[in-house]
Amino acid sequence: MLYRDAINLALDHAMQVDPRVIILGEDVGFYGGNYKVTDGLFAKYGEKRVIDTPIAENSIVGTAIGMAMMGLRPVAEIMTANFSMLAMDQIVNNMAKLRYMSGGKIALPMVVRMPQGVGRQLAAQHSQSLEHMFASIPGLYVFCSSDATGAYHTTLYAIRLDDPVILLEHVLLYPMDFEFYKVENFDPFKARILREGKDITVVSYLKMVHDVLRACENLEKDGISCEVIELISLRPIDFETIYSSVKKTKRLVVVYEAPKSFGLGAEISARVCEEMFYFLDAPPLRIAGEEVPIPYNRKLELSAIPTQESIYRQMLSWGKGHGL
Amino acid sequence: MSQSLAEKFYFYMKLGRELEIRAKEEYTKGNIGGFLHLDIGQEAVSVGAVFGFGKGDLFCPYREHVLALARGMDPKLIMAELFGKITGVSKGKGGSMHLYEPKLDFYGGNAIVGAHLPHAVGAAYARKYMGEKAGVLAIFGDGATNGGSFFESINLAVVWEVPVLFLCENNFYAIGTRIDRVSAFRDIYLKAKDYMPALQVDGMDVFAVYEAVVNAKKYLEDYGKPYFIEAITYRYEGHSMADKGDYRSPREIETFRKKDPIENLKNKAMQMGWLTPEQIRMMDEKIAQIIEEAVEFALNSPEPDLEELYKDIYCGVCADVIP
Repeated sequence: MLYRDAINLALDHAMQVDPRVIILGEDVGFYGGNYKVTDGLFAKYGEKRVIDTPIAENSIVGTAIGMAMMGLRPVAEIMTANFSMLAMDQIVNNMAKLRYMSGGKIALPMVVRMPQGVGRQLAAQHSQSLEHMFASIPGLYVFCSSDATGAYHTTLYAIRLDDPVILLEHVLLYPMDFEFYKVENFDPFKARILREGKDITVVSYLKMVHDVLRACENLEKDGISCEVIELISLRPIDFETIYSSVKKTKRLVVVYEAPKSFGLGAEISARVCEEMFYFLDAPPLRIAGEEVPIPYNRKLELSAIPTQESIYRQMLSWGKGHGL
Repeated sequence: MSQSLAEKFYFYMKLGRELEIRAKEEYTKGNIGGFLHLDIGQEAVSVGAVFGFGKGDLFCPYREHVLALARGMDPKLIMAELFGKITGVSKGKGGSMHLYEPKLDFYGGNAIVGAHLPHAVGAAYARKYMGEKAGVLAIFGDGATNGGSFFESINLAVVWEVPVLFLCENNFYAIGTRIDRVSAFRDIYLKAKDYMPALQVDGMDVFAVYEAVVNAKKYLEDYGKPYFIEAITYRYEGHSMADKGDYRSPREIETFRKKDPIENLKNKAMQMGWLTPEQIRMMDEKIAQIIEEAVEFALNSPEPDLEELYKDIYCGVCADVIP
């Protein structure tokens, strides 16, 4: 099943069983969604439940907050994470804080979905990974997943939660085809171990997971065995799963698409150093994006982010330098 | 009718003013911290609007003590919140700018200028979606009407046909900047009049505010569409306790003090025979007692336990709504 179809299935299911679930965003209705995630829902549920909004991101999230306060369960779509900057006041100052500021009196059962990341030659204003911004805000949950099964369950779980959730997707994941199956008792707060290994713990999320998995297959041929952990929740992070893996492998690599500085890699490797320093056989490695806006030119674009090849090369040389 | 209204208006306007005068005093003693935005001078808008609107959801800015009182919030819970005590309406986590009580349909106390306007539109959408008619009252200052949230919200309210009464308290100053220096329109209702019915009202006259809001409410309920009122008013104090307000001339302040909404109401009510001096004296005494009890309650209430730091961030449980 396509990644986008899995999210569509989750939205459809949620809307079918609960009339309080509504969708709003730019082009989500009549047009079917710019990435076709909401395709067909307008025809099925009508314009009162699948609401086309003006290009006004601040109000997409702001009105969703008002709807959630009154007991609806809105799922707001921001066309791309780049545009979520216009909604940051609502996301950071309101959505994340209303519960706390009201002493627990206001619940916001709402979801804000958005794709992010580097696509194909979309240039700087349409090619950002901004997960660290959302993940740094207490009061939000931040979820993401790398395949159709994960996307389906994460979306449903986020809608079911009484708390506000940021759901990050990746533009290049939407058309990817995956084997799809339903999971009993899906728990987004638990990281997934996608591959077991004994030499290096590799932590990643979203689209990079696939590049990591392929790089690790190649590393296997070089005699390096990697344990690959996929984070579904970026706030909170399942550090327990990371710690127990690092205890076994003694080495940590974090791979992500955003620029290296101030990213999830900084957070994860710092925590592992704080808690696991004496278990480590090597300083943690971050494989991440360059400190540049993403350029349009395809060759430059690919040089700005980790790829299967660059992940493989960096891990191989780092591994060799640290006793593997 | 006017008699019982006069009594109600006087009681809540005076209660609001006295509570804030006392809050000011407690602030200088150090019992209240942070920002404290006083409504003194603007009580006719707050009280007239809340009573005129009646049932429905209220979304308010950070200058909301009197609005909360008029909606029925216990003065003890307000004072305790200002003192940062666990007994406060928001458990001492919100403070002056964040009074919330969903049981009273009271949604803030919002401290980002204009940010609560889309909340009001969303709330009105939700209520209408669920088949309710009462509508939403969104109150904001003149300063909010130059921001994007304002224009986005009036646009959406019209497009979605939701019953929101946008009530602008125009006190001429966006913090310390006189509004006509930064706003293309001196008459703020003009910004909305191409979108929806919009009018201006004397915000120093509680009856005028009340009547305008009653009419607006009827429109909201009959047509399910938005409406706009600009109330001309004035705050005697600075923007907050951190602001002396000395960007305004003493003469300007004096001009508005002469139109004091409480004195005006009192004189009118006595002239018309709606209230006797004795009734007013008895209300004043009762108000003094309520304030005293509120301060005592706040003073004697405990601080939040340290574990409160980590509570109320997440609900933490999955609402079992979707199988």
